[in-house]
Amino acid sequence: MSAGFWAMGGYARYVWPCFALAVVIFAWNVWSARRYYAAARRRAARALAMADSEKQ
Amino acid sequence: MWKWFYKLASPPFVYNTAAALIPWFTSFAVVALGYGLVGGLVFAPPDYQQGDAFRIIYVHVPSAWMSEFSYTLMAVAGAIALIWRIKIGHAVAAATAPIGASFTVLALVTGSMWGRPMWGTYWAWDPRLTSELILLFLYFGVMSLRTAFEEDGPRGDRAAALLSIVGVVNIPIIHYSVVWWNSLHQAASVAKFGKPTIEPSMLWPLLAMFLGFMLFFGAVLCLRLQGEILGRERQSAWVRDAVKS
Amino acid sequence: MNVGAWDAFSLIVRRELSLSFRRPEQLIQPLMFFLIVTTLFPLGLSVQLSLLRDMAPGVLWVAALLSSLLSLDSLFKSDADDGTLDQLALSGHGLTLIVAAKTGAHWLVAGLPLVVISPLVATALNIPAGAFGTMMLSLSLGTLTLSWLGAIGAGLTIGLRRGNVLLSLVVLPLAMPLLIFGAGATDRSIADLSPVGALYFLAALCVFTCTLAPFATAAALRITLE
Repeated sequence: MSAGFWAMGGYARYVWPCFALAVVIFAWNVWSARRYYAAARRRAARALAMADSEKQ
Repeated sequence: MWKWFYKLASPPFVYNTAAALIPWFTSFAVVALGYGLVGGLVFAPPDYQQGDAFRIIYVHVPSAWMSEFSYTLMAVAGAIALIWRIKIGHAVAAATAPIGASFTVLALVTGSMWGRPMWGTYWAWDPRLTSELILLFLYFGVMSLRTAFEEDGPRGDRAAALLSIVGVVNIPIIHYSVVWWNSLHQAASVAKFGKPTIEPSMLWPLLAMFLGFMLFFGAVLCLRLQGEILGRERQSAWVRDAVKS
Repeated sequence: MNVGAWDAFSLIVRRELSLSFRRPEQLIQPLMFFLIVTTLFPLGLSVQLSLLRDMAPGVLWVAALLSSLLSLDSLFKSDADDGTLDQLALSGHGLTLIVAAKTGAHWLVAGLPLVVISPLVATALNIPAGAFGTMMLSLSLGTLTLSWLGAIGAGLTIGLRRGNVLLSLVVLPLAMPLLIFGAGATDRSIADLSPVGALYFLAALCVFTCTLAPFATAAALRITLE
């Protein structure tokens, strides 16, 4: 990857931030979805545990 | 054949299918995005007018497409849930919203970055840019409306569904704005039927990026959808097994 | 008592009007808000007359938008609070008709006064008198469209905490095309260009909204009330 590649014909400061932001958005989506799913699992498990203890 | 369709309305079926689909979506997304990035950044020749700046197309156009696609999906899912009372539709709509909003942000910012060297300005109040910005506001409106009904989730879902349907009129405006008005923004060169007016070595990585973005969207949607279903079906028996595993 | 559709419509309109006039402050407040907001812009920005003329249509329209939003909040609120809305829904005349009547009355009380007072404000903003016709026509169409559009938002946000903020959040993005063409028409008229194209588009938006919005509003009310 030559210096020319990173320079992007002089447009580097426009091109690379775009790809960087894309990486950030993708990463955020993964992180946020995983968090959401994990939290939903925890809440469901807790609700089930409470229902079980009430039955006893 | 209709049995398959009925299964789609069943939360445990959708939950398990989503779980199974995630690894497939993810791996194919990685392949498609990898090819697209390498092809677009390394192998595609510089554009004779825009030089290397045109490479922004490989993130800008797919994300713009995804922003419109997600909103439409959200509105359709909401409509299905409202009209036929298929609750899973609300789960899909709720899961799609934040993903679509993030792609709208990406489209707006990358578009702005591309606009600076090409048009000389980071922003212009032209029809396509303005309607894409409105799309972002619509996403936030739908998400805010849904969460405003704190105690009453189902009512919030229905209200959000109605709002997203009302807002869907913005989607054809975004798409056709470059046709209907004199716009700074370039007219469609890929989504035309017949020969796209773009050279193959530039085109194939772009198509790969489209595919990669869609597959990635599918993977993230499935994960969020699982979370949404768990939240809505907490009382059901099948959840017990799902949560234990 | 069998009341026909037109009778029901006019009955509700008359009811809305008489209720509004019983509380004149509810009529005056949005109007005052309109006047105050239009004053804020020249004060906050430069007061040079030439600049004022350039930004005047936009200022006028934004003020009209915000003022309409303020008054929309109360479109369904009091009726929802005391149960009248439920009764109207059960009355058998169709929620769409009732919604159309209430929204129409709302425009008469909230939108039309803005149009009437606009020449006064326009003079203060240095809009030439030749543009008044276009301005008032575009404002009429615009506020009418806004009432119908806002009714959808009002129907969705009845009784929510911070409902009026949410109402704005929901209605304003949808109202943006309206702003663009409404201000655009007045702009063109000031510049001695023909505003006809923009006015036609405004009219089209108005017809589109006024025909479809009542159904959406009725659906919104059904979601909120059931």
